[in-house]
Amino acid sequence: MGMFDKLKSALTKTKDVLRTDVRDLFKAGVILDDAKLEEFFRGLVTTDMGVVAAQSIVDELKAKFGGRTVEPDDVWGVVKGKLKEILRGEGDCNWDVTDPLSPLNLAEEGPTVILVCGVNGVGKTTSIAKLANYLQKAGKKVVLAAGDTFRAAAVAQLTMWSERLGCEIVTKPAGTDPAAVAFEGCDRGVESGADVIIIDTAGRLQTHQNLMQELGKIHRVIGKRIPGAPHESLLVLDATTGQNGLSQATKFSEAANCTGIVLAKLDGTAKGGVVVAIREKMGIPVKYVGVGEQIDDMELFSPDDFVDALFSDV
Amino acid sequence: MFEAITQNLTEALGNMARGKLSESNIRDGMAQVRHALLEADVNYDVAKDFCDRVTEEAVGEQVLKSLKPGEQIVGIVYRELVNLMGPVDHSIELRRGEMTVLMMCGLQGSGKTTTCGKLAKMLKEEGAKPMLVAADLQRPAAIEQLKVIGEQIGVPVYAEPADRSSPVKVCQNGRKEANRQGCNILILDTAGRLHVDDALMKELIEIDNRLMPHQALLVCDAMTGQDAVNSAKSFNEALELDGVILTKLDGDTRGGAALSVKAVTGVPIKYIGVGEQLDRLEQFHPDRMAQRILGQGDVATLLETA
Ligand SMILES: Nc1nc2c(ncn2[C@@H]2O[C@H](COP(=O)(O)OP(=O)(O)OP(=O)(O)O)[C@@H](O)[C@H]2O)c(=O)[nH]1
Ligand SMILES: Nc1nc2c(ncn2[C@@H]2O[C@H](COP(=O)(O)OP(=O)(O)OP(=O)(O)O)[C@@H](O)[C@H]2O)c(=O)[nH]1
Ligand SMILES: [Mg+2]
Ligand SMILES: [Mg+2]
Repeated sequence: MGMFDKLKSALTKTKDVLRTDVRDLFKAGVILDDAKLEEFFRGLVTTDMGVVAAQSIVDELKAKFGGRTVEPDDVWGVVKGKLKEILRGEGDCNWDVTDPLSPLNLAEEGPTVILVCGVNGVGKTTSIAKLANYLQKAGKKVVLAAGDTFRAAAVAQLTMWSERLGCEIVTKPAGTDPAAVAFEGCDRGVESGADVIIIDTAGRLQTHQNLMQELGKIHRVIGKRIPGAPHESLLVLDATTGQNGLSQATKFSEAANCTGIVLAKLDGTAKGGVVVAIREKMGIPVKYVGVGEQIDDMELFSPDDFVDALFSDV
Repeated sequence: MFEAITQNLTEALGNMARGKLSESNIRDGMAQVRHALLEADVNYDVAKDFCDRVTEEAVGEQVLKSLKPGEQIVGIVYRELVNLMGPVDHSIELRRGEMTVLMMCGLQGSGKTTTCGKLAKMLKEEGAKPMLVAADLQRPAAIEQLKVIGEQIGVPVYAEPADRSSPVKVCQNGRKEANRQGCNILILDTAGRLHVDDALMKELIEIDNRLMPHQALLVCDAMTGQDAVNSAKSFNEALELDGVILTKLDGDTRGGAALSVKAVTGVPIKYIGVGEQLDRLEQFHPDRMAQRILGQGDVATLLETA
């Protein structure tokens, strides 16, 4: 029997294990031994938080409770407390459930500029539509700028959203320098007395240096047109992304000084745990989560709910 | 971050390759291999199972008694990774006197529409007459996107107004139109969907039943983490996939999803996407992928010196 066959048959056996609920792991009275800790490690890794973060949580549990009988509340208290603390950060971001705009840095005066970036296909354009919807519902006047002049029909896509939203959009022909679109978007926003200008950008992989320089230029041009802008530089991450999310956060921040994350596609089975590592290492907070393809499928991020969701049906 | 993992792995494999082997240091070394696989986004169960098997094989007498046991283990790790992901059949067989139908499916934003264009371009250059069908009636401007792509590569695109058609209908009418125009390959661009979205998965199954595609291809983002196994398994259960196309490998992802998807579905990865441009489609090579997952150049060097 080849290695592959063995693996396949072994995986059929573990198929059911794939569905275990980590919450059932720590039952009162059982001993927290290495096997239990390993199973918990597996649960943590499965959220995509990364081996290092998972290992440090397991090590802490082992030091505190290893070999002793489990008091579920104590164990969960340590695990969830630690993760929530990381995600909340040091009061640098505010998630007020009664105000969906609470995490955003809004300009004191004049229009707020929000730049949106990320790798290909993560959900940037859709998230912009959702965000514009939030803003309009709060009575803000929004102008969109179709800064993706590269991908086929990207301008048409954002234009369709603007029509549904009933908001103004600035577009230029395919192939135009995206910085010029961003500049004109700012211009238009100032002229028309908009409250918020949101700038879409083409998806790009963080390793393509020329494209990252292009993003840097967009960022600079916005600042030249409106001092202090962009007030928000949002990185959109796909919740299915694994450890590459860290590289994305690092390199996009270098180019566009990211101030927040939109975690899209959290409506699937992926947990999006890589944001824990990103928050811990780089301090970038998650501000919103995307939970579907429709315009109101976005929610304010909540560290507490997110951590609870990490452990349901892992 | 990646340097650190690569270094760990290089050290682990290096120690094994150099030093004397005992059962315990094989186990230590394999723990590091497992760590590296997890950091490369290989699914936990897949990584664990892989390492357990290799460890078993490695602590076997044959290896310990061989002349250069460490080197042999390095070889086993690499070879088994390659075996797991291969062999690959890159061909897209054309049906004689019959329309060959290819169907793309996958999660939202994975790269389906772009990959449709890439495949059509490749097949056209090989002398086939492809037609693209815009079966995504859902995402704003999805039809427009496929039309632009079709124009760029000179391949006809069949589409119907999104508000007056259905995915199945547009595919069926697309086949008629392809017959009429004398095309011999029909490539269906379906909407992105979550594997847990029952209504949309049903819709996909309906297209599958009505059009009977010769190949159902899953388009999977190479940056996907632990969840790759869940979505791949569901798409495979619904459609009996014929192949996987892994996209966005032009970045710095280690691409552990390749191993996960192949291991849980058994479906071969046929092509990889390495850029947004429509000529950026390559054949999948398990050996290169294994090196990439393990940390690219370093493993190759180790293997050469081993
Ligand atoms: N299920 C789900 N799908 C989403 C979500 N956000 C976006 N999508 C879908 O993901 C796909 C890609 O979304 P886009 O908004 O076009 O992504 P993008 O980052 O702008 O893509 P590029 O501009 O091509 O890089 C589309 O099919 C969207 O409908 C979400 O929160 N949940
Ligand atoms: N860098 C890179 N980008 C890619 C590759 N393949 C696709 N893309 C980009 O990924 C994004 C999404 O691609 P699409 O082809 O629109 O994906 P899709 O699966 O059809 O998306 P939906 O229809 O919205 O579900 C676009 O920005 C593409 O240009 C690739 O191999 N490398
Ligand atoms: Mg976009
Ligand atoms: Mg598409």
